[in-house]
Amino acid sequence: MIAMHIQTTSDLLAEHGDYLYRFALARLRDPHQAEDVVQETMLAVLQSNSFIGQSSPRTWLTGILKHKIIDVLRKQLREVSLDESADNRHHFLEQPEMDEFFADDGHWAEKPQAWGKPDGELEQKQFFGVLQKCMEKLPKKLAAIFTLRDIEEEENEKICKDLQISATNAWVMLYRARMTLRKCLELNWMGR
Amino acid sequence: MLTCKQASQLLSQSLDRPLTRGERFGLRFHLLICRFCKRFGQQIVGLRNAIREQVKLIEQNEEIKLSKDAIKRITQTINLINH
Repeated sequence: MIAMHIQTTSDLLAEHGDYLYRFALARLRDPHQAEDVVQETMLAVLQSNSFIGQSSPRTWLTGILKHKIIDVLRKQLREVSLDESADNRHHFLEQPEMDEFFADDGHWAEKPQAWGKPDGELEQKQFFGVLQKCMEKLPKKLAAIFTLRDIEEEENEKICKDLQISATNAWVMLYRARMTLRKCLELNWMGR
Repeated sequence: MLTCKQASQLLSQSLDRPLTRGERFGLRFHLLICRFCKRFGQQIVGLRNAIREQVKLIEQNEEIKLSKDAIKRITQTINLINH
């Protein structure tokens, strides 16, 4: 058996902390939340005394972190839902038709325009900057379900079960998220 | 005949569930005659790919680091629990 180098939690933090932080930041888009889940991951490491070298420490840590991130996103979805149903009459779950995007006859109110492909490094950077802004502008719960589904690639059934929403609700929210993001990109990117 | 609104909903749902045969048929027919919905379908797939790409870029961006304060705070918490 290979002798394993035993690392303390502080060593792990020093070696992998920045990566874990970036991993969390990419998904949560909030520095404080990202720091919190890194901390929780480190605490989970302390409490589990078993890193059995089946995977690299980084893979192991990232696995723990991923669960923490998904917990945060789920919570976000639930909490915001309660707030919004209380004081927002235009709660989209009760209004899934998204009429602002379509005319009464079901045609596009504004037809989707062709987008230029970001060309070269500078344009690509600009494109990702716009995308970032659009994600930040997305209502929190839409960002949360969109991240679970389109980035984490969680199964729709699992999302519905965890969040206790119907499949139809999930489809409606994902549709809304995609419509809103697409529109935001169209307004802010394709015009250049 | 599907409206654009219905077609766009099916296009989005096709990323989340298998469409029924009837839905696929209706959608395919609509896309034959509607370039805007066709474009919409390509754009939401492109959007998903772009977001995944962006997540990778952030993960690999070594300029983004935990702040000194955050490291200090996390270390303190670890020590608190450890002793």
